[in-house]
Amino acid sequence: MNAFWTLVKRDLLLALREGGATGTALGFYLIVIALMPLGLGPDMQLLARIAPGMLWVGLLLAALLSLGRMFDTDQDEGVLDVLAMGPLPLELVAAAKAVAHWISTCVPLAILSPLLGLMLNLDLAAYPVLIGTVLAGSPAISFLGGIGAALTLRSRRGGLLIALLVLPLYIPTLIFGIAAISAVVTPPGSLEASLLLLSAVTIASLAIGPIAAAAALRAQLG
Amino acid sequence: MELGPHAAFIWASYGVNALVLGALIAWLVADGRLQQRRLDQLEARGVRRRSSAAQAGPGRRTS
Amino acid sequence: MQTLTQRLANPTRFMELSQWLLPWLSGLAALLLAYGLYLTFFVAPPDYQQGETVKIMFIHVPAAWLAMMGYMVIAVSSFGLLVFRHPLADVSAKAAAPIGAAFTLLALVTGALWGKPMWGAYWVWDARLTSVLILFFLYLGLMALRSALDEDPALAGKLTAVLGLVGVAVLPVIRFSVDWWNTLHQPASVLRVGGPAIHSSILVPLLVMAAGFTLMFFALHLKAMRNEILRRRVRSLTMAEVERAARLEARTAE
Repeated sequence: MNAFWTLVKRDLLLALREGGATGTALGFYLIVIALMPLGLGPDMQLLARIAPGMLWVGLLLAALLSLGRMFDTDQDEGVLDVLAMGPLPLELVAAAKAVAHWISTCVPLAILSPLLGLMLNLDLAAYPVLIGTVLAGSPAISFLGGIGAALTLRSRRGGLLIALLVLPLYIPTLIFGIAAISAVVTPPGSLEASLLLLSAVTIASLAIGPIAAAAALRAQLG
Repeated sequence: MELGPHAAFIWASYGVNALVLGALIAWLVADGRLQQRRLDQLEARGVRRRSSAAQAGPGRRTS
Repeated sequence: MQTLTQRLANPTRFMELSQWLLPWLSGLAALLLAYGLYLTFFVAPPDYQQGETVKIMFIHVPAAWLAMMGYMVIAVSSFGLLVFRHPLADVSAKAAAPIGAAFTLLALVTGALWGKPMWGAYWVWDARLTSVLILFFLYLGLMALRSALDEDPALAGKLTAVLGLVGVAVLPVIRFSVDWWNTLHQPASVLRVGGPAIHSSILVPLLVMAAGFTLMFFALHLKAMRNEILRRRVRSLTMAEVERAARLEARTAE
């Protein structure tokens, strides 16, 4: 388990030193959300009603941006081959990468989301739920995203391909995440059921993600 | 045949079906012919598959 | 005692068997489809609710069914490749993708053409239609991934198989979430076809068409597999020829 956390720490340090990925994701999220009122008109009631959906869709797209880097740089520098020969099973390597992606991208996005909620006139009562759903749902973004990142490691135009491969897999997370917030904003709706389903999807992706990503990496490494 | 007020939709559905499936079949047949022709050309030039090479005579493959 | 799949593992034997099977399969499919079309246009009465537009259902429902079956074929083939390393599994998975995608597209288009007279709009975010749309995205993903790796077909096969299996694991969850989302946003006002009250005058043509479509799918799949095997032979022969030419050149250079 030590090797696992060492790898997570290393990836986080790399993300911190390079800095670019997190900042880009946050900036992208901000711009996408700011574009929405410009496209839809400044009707506060309408914005409040669609805010949960906008915030979640924007977050998915923003988190998608940095997925491509999950294995790319390591592959270029040969680190991945070393990791594959190391003591840590490739499944745990993939999981560590996903955890690092979650901490370096999804958590900052989750922290930014209430601010963007203000811009969209989201009901104040919904803020705890907003942060809660994003934190509970976004691990699925990183773990399922890891599959896409591993699959497109060697392909041309990998960045665009990831979106096509991964976005359909995000649909359950998107639906349950939005439903939980909407349950507070526009009742009726069951907050508890949506949160439970959202967590179930996350847990399932914690299991599927590393296994599939490791299988994809193994096919490409040797 | 009287298909009622929505006849255009019915014909459009069947038309699209015929078009897509027809294109699929045409592509498969053309692709099959193309591959077969390439294979024949290669074999005419004396390049053979391993399984038929074994019957044709030993010693051609070194690896 | 060999099982059928083991015996078919030899591509040469598969080519022999499929060559014999293909005309029969195609012929039977054509017969069934012709009979189905006859039933559709000359026998089946208009539905009391939908009128003549029920005729669209006779191709929409089989297309939707084959869209799902096509994905199952890919999933089983992917499993066969990754777990049993069956030599024809990747051929089967690769051949099934464009055919399944074509039927998915047909299900979507006929669904839209059916929706306009029934629901007043070409596209409604009905749970089934949405699920089929997502299935279409999954097909596109599979084909895009394979074409992005076309310089290394063996790797492309393995990676596409991983994606196929992930897709089949996630598909029920997607399906459930879309159903759930649908009931959340609109009470079940949408006309549901396929309930228990389906009359035999409608059911019989539907079943005949479904059987004809299914046989056609397998005929197309078989043909696409044969093409793919030929393509691989051409590829390996070309590579062998290039290799031999290079060796000859090296020898004359010495």
